[in-house]
Amino acid sequence: MGTVAFVLIAGVAVGSALGLVIKRNPIHGALFLVVNLGTVAVLYLTLGAQFLAVAQVAVYAGAIMVLFLFAIFVLIPGKEETGPDPRRQWRLLAAPLGGALLLELIMLVVGRAAAPVPTAATAPGSVAAIGRLLFTDYLLPFELTSVLLLAAMVGVMLLARSRA
Amino acid sequence: MIPGSWYLALSAVLFTIGVVGVVIRRNPLVIFMSIELALNAANLALVAFGQRNGNPDGQALVFFVMAVAAAEVAVGLAIIVAIFRVRQRLSIDDLSAMRW
Repeated sequence: MGTVAFVLIAGVAVGSALGLVIKRNPIHGALFLVVNLGTVAVLYLTLGAQFLAVAQVAVYAGAIMVLFLFAIFVLIPGKEETGPDPRRQWRLLAAPLGGALLLELIMLVVGRAAAPVPTAATAPGSVAAIGRLLFTDYLLPFELTSVLLLAAMVGVMLLARSRA
Repeated sequence: MIPGSWYLALSAVLFTIGVVGVVIRRNPLVIFMSIELALNAANLALVAFGQRNGNPDGQALVFFVMAVAAAEVAVGLAIIVAIFRVRQRLSIDDLSAMRW
């Protein structure tokens, strides 16, 4: 039962990722990416990371993708990839290079899978457990995150300001 | 219970698709989305590894990655929009303005 569900979700995840890369229209690509981020959220749930699953939907599928869609609306999509590709032969190199990368990563995973797995108690993923971790061991990075977000906000305003 | 290596294999596949997307696409927005895809694959691997070792630190790290990704997307999209305003075109092949 769990295996069937995993294979189903993994299929949707890989299919939507391919949709993002293959579809010419960036809006379609963005919607495919939303599906992909949703499936990753479901995978977090199956791993017992409830907090991250909710954060994934709220931050990625919510905030970040809305930002992407706004940018696509502003930038008039679909006009830049209609003509013939002047560097086609270079881009075709992506197939062997991507294949090599995939092979390498899969070999790494399989090699690790053969290694003895430490008998693990499942890590707690509830809001309480993660919250406790963030406000004790990771308090300083957590506070620094707010500074980072503030800096990004100010930087974006500076970049978006129209120079009259 | 699904073996953790399946999650890692899925993460590897998603990461590769993201990297290939960065290489073959010409629209900077799609390239940026492909980067997000690869970033998510890495996040999935982090959570899977953390689960395997019974350690919630991986999840805390993924939380920080999400915060940094949010900041990165905001700044990156602002840069793309600013470049578009000057150039009126949106193809990665024309963009050498930020090259040293």
